[in-house]
Amino acid sequence: MRPGSSTTSGEEKRMAEDGKEESVATGDSNQPAADLTNKNNSTMVEDGSTLLRRMEISVAEAEKRSGKNSVNMQETFTVYLIETRAMDAIAEGRNPAPDSLWRRYSEFELLRNYLLVTYPFIVVPPLPEKRAEFVWHKLSADNMDPDFVERRRVGLENFLLRVASHPILSNDKILYHFLTEEHGWKEVVFETGFQAKADSRLRALSATFRVRNPDKRFMEMKHHSDELQSHTSQLLRARARVADRLYGVYKVHGNYGRVFSEWSAIEREMGDGLQSAGHHMDAYAASIDDILEEEEHYADQLKEYLFYAEALRAVCRKHELTQFELEMASQDLISKKQQREELATGIVRTFSFKGMTNKLFGQEAPEQREARLKLLEEMIAEGEETVKEKTAECEEHVEGAWVDMQRFKEQKDKDLREALINYAVMQISMCKKGIQMWSNAKECFLKM
Amino acid sequence: MSVGAPRGLASSGQKPITEILHPLSAAEETLSPAPDVTVGGHIPGSGGADKEAGLTNGTPVETSSPASASSLFNRLQLDDDPEAEAEARADPFVSTETRDLFVTVDDPKKHVSTMETYITYRVSTKTTRIEFDLPEYCVRRRYQDFDWLRIKLEDSQPTHLIPPLPEKFVMKGVVDRFSEEFVETRMKALDKFLKRVADHPVLSFNPHLNAFLSAKDLNKRQGLALLTKVGESVKQVAGGYKLRARPAEFCAMGEYLDTFSQKLGTIDRIAQRILKEQTEYLTELREYGAVYSSWAGSEDELRRPVEGVAGCVTTCCGALEDLSENMSQDFLPVLREYVLYIDSMKNVLRKRDQSQAEYEGRLEAAVLRKQEDRTPVPVEVEKCQDKVECFNADLKADWERWQSNKRQDFKQLLTGMADKNINYYEKCQAAWESLITLLQDKQTEDKTNETN
Repeated sequence: MRPGSSTTSGEEKRMAEDGKEESVATGDSNQPAADLTNKNNSTMVEDGSTLLRRMEISVAEAEKRSGKNSVNMQETFTVYLIETRAMDAIAEGRNPAPDSLWRRYSEFELLRNYLLVTYPFIVVPPLPEKRAEFVWHKLSADNMDPDFVERRRVGLENFLLRVASHPILSNDKILYHFLTEEHGWKEVVFETGFQAKADSRLRALSATFRVRNPDKRFMEMKHHSDELQSHTSQLLRARARVADRLYGVYKVHGNYGRVFSEWSAIEREMGDGLQSAGHHMDAYAASIDDILEEEEHYADQLKEYLFYAEALRAVCRKHELTQFELEMASQDLISKKQQREELATGIVRTFSFKGMTNKLFGQEAPEQREARLKLLEEMIAEGEETVKEKTAECEEHVEGAWVDMQRFKEQKDKDLREALINYAVMQISMCKKGIQMWSNAKECFLKM
Repeated sequence: MSVGAPRGLASSGQKPITEILHPLSAAEETLSPAPDVTVGGHIPGSGGADKEAGLTNGTPVETSSPASASSLFNRLQLDDDPEAEAEARADPFVSTETRDLFVTVDDPKKHVSTMETYITYRVSTKTTRIEFDLPEYCVRRRYQDFDWLRIKLEDSQPTHLIPPLPEKFVMKGVVDRFSEEFVETRMKALDKFLKRVADHPVLSFNPHLNAFLSAKDLNKRQGLALLTKVGESVKQVAGGYKLRARPAEFCAMGEYLDTFSQKLGTIDRIAQRILKEQTEYLTELREYGAVYSSWAGSEDELRRPVEGVAGCVTTCCGALEDLSENMSQDFLPVLREYVLYIDSMKNVLRKRDQSQAEYEGRLEAAVLRKQEDRTPVPVEVEKCQDKVECFNADLKADWERWQSNKRQDFKQLLTGMADKNINYYEKCQAAWESLITLLQDKQTEDKTNETN
């Protein structure tokens, strides 16, 4: 299920420049929640000014290039041609040549990382896999294999279309640059300083373990993403094994072709029938190649949601982190306020080192106490600001994330349902082919 | 002319073979029973005891009761037109309507005694032939009994091709002799064997067959039979005659059989390999279905579609199981049986070679003696010549018959294989199509709910 990249719409379109002006790098959450839950035929093309409404995007080609890499060694890599055209030009009947530029997979990765850090409350669409995984034996795991490159091209296009039709992500300036400015884009991305904003893995992990009151809904979502990931990966593995075996069954039938041909040579009346039946057996054995190639598309759809599950989990982890930081800040504030109380009233409520030393070595001088109290007040004021900030951050994240997770869930249910229907259609087609081949062979046998 | 006269069987030793039209020769003409056949065709003596160096043609025993002819109740669809009947009889592809001997093997039962455990099968016979006392028989026989019959037939009809029996020995540890599958497969092969014998225009009149089908207890005298067989072959080998030139057509037969048996072996191996691959595919497919089932448990909106897919996969597993079972129970045994059949045929060819060699040898010796002391060519040599010519004729006729049966059998076998595969795909297709209908119905149902 991929969004159509060439939808035309009767709605008014803003010029590309306007859209650019209005976008904010840190995410524009002006989109009303209602827009995000519209039930058009395609959840991909939403109401509102998503980029996709204004611009036709496609990843048209893939090419091999050679060049020096970062350690000055010669390497071969693949580049992908991104073509864009303004929708209004198309709607007016002009047929302008598309603008185009070439990008490598690593640049797509960079774009995605930027989006992940910049919009931590969005379930960011995933990229197609870097290396071929879940292969069954016939597919080469080689990144240069033309079938793999082609499927990756399709996956990259899918990624761009999903991002460009997202109500929030599509307004991002960096995205627009990626699609329109070939050179210097990397520098612009780095200039945003997004890398500094990235959360450290360690911090995120410790937050997961130590957070006390995460939002229940997020915990459920996290559990759901774990299940989705585990089931889709199991499914992909099982499917690969099944494909491998099915390949074997079909191919062995090809041997019938040869032996029937040899046998027909010593027969009088039976010869013709046997010979033709043998040809049908050969055709049957050969038919599995196309069948399994088509099934790869189904596997790709499953893979997309396998990786999507990771993106969903990332949003939940971010929540845990913001919640944890809020809890830490609140805890810090509380303990500082307690300290102040102790200092002010002299009553020690909780164990403190100061209290101990006080008991042992006697209380300090009043000037020192004043100084310390003053410091504490400052810190408390700061702490309260921090708590306010963290609360806002946490709430903002929860609000934005909840909306996007709902949108994602609907998209997922729809897409996977269609994928399953398509899989059933593929199976029916395979059965029909099998029936036809065997019927042809049967006719030949009857003529024996 | 009595009812149920033997169908123009060639006699031996009493008339030069060239004067009697062989009923099974490929050039079919309307066969009217030759007038002298009924008189000269009966060779007195019961079957089993061999008179000359090996040739009886199995003509029926004179002791058959004529009274049974009138007490027949006709459950069989006999063709009333005598001319057409004769014509049909001359045709190797004898249709059911003109057959008058029907046999069936079924109803396997296990017998446990102190000495041994074995299986018996019910052998049912329906016939209008006068050679049989009653129109119907029902006896129980075990594998040993079939084996006895086959040996008897081989001994008494050395110039004819005897259909094969299923394998005699099975490795005790590997195959369960009493499993349903094994017994079923064996029974089908025994049934086929008996039917082939009953359809054969010469073999079906063999008195041993009669005994097998009708006697309460087979008086087997197996030991004796074995001795006789051994004695005979010793005699033949001791003759030590070498074959000069085998006629081209028999060479061709030998070559054909060699190649054919080779091809059959290959087909057997391919079929077994397919079975193996299918079994492994089935294992993976089952697990694949299980993954869908467990996924369904963790979804809400997607539960139905995913469960639906799991169900389809399970249905396909069942269909695949059926296909594999069919292949192993119906396809492979028939292939193997033909390999045995080929071995039998090769044996007959060898015996023919031997009898030709014997004749040539004796002839040469006789000619030499004639040159020396002018003694005429002895009768034995003439008899040998007749024997060889009879053998050749019988063999050629049986060969044609075998070829046409082979064609039918393989046509049926391969068509059956195609049918089973088509069946398998049809079942799978139906399952997936019903899933799509189910899911699409739900989709329109959802849409209407939304717009409301």
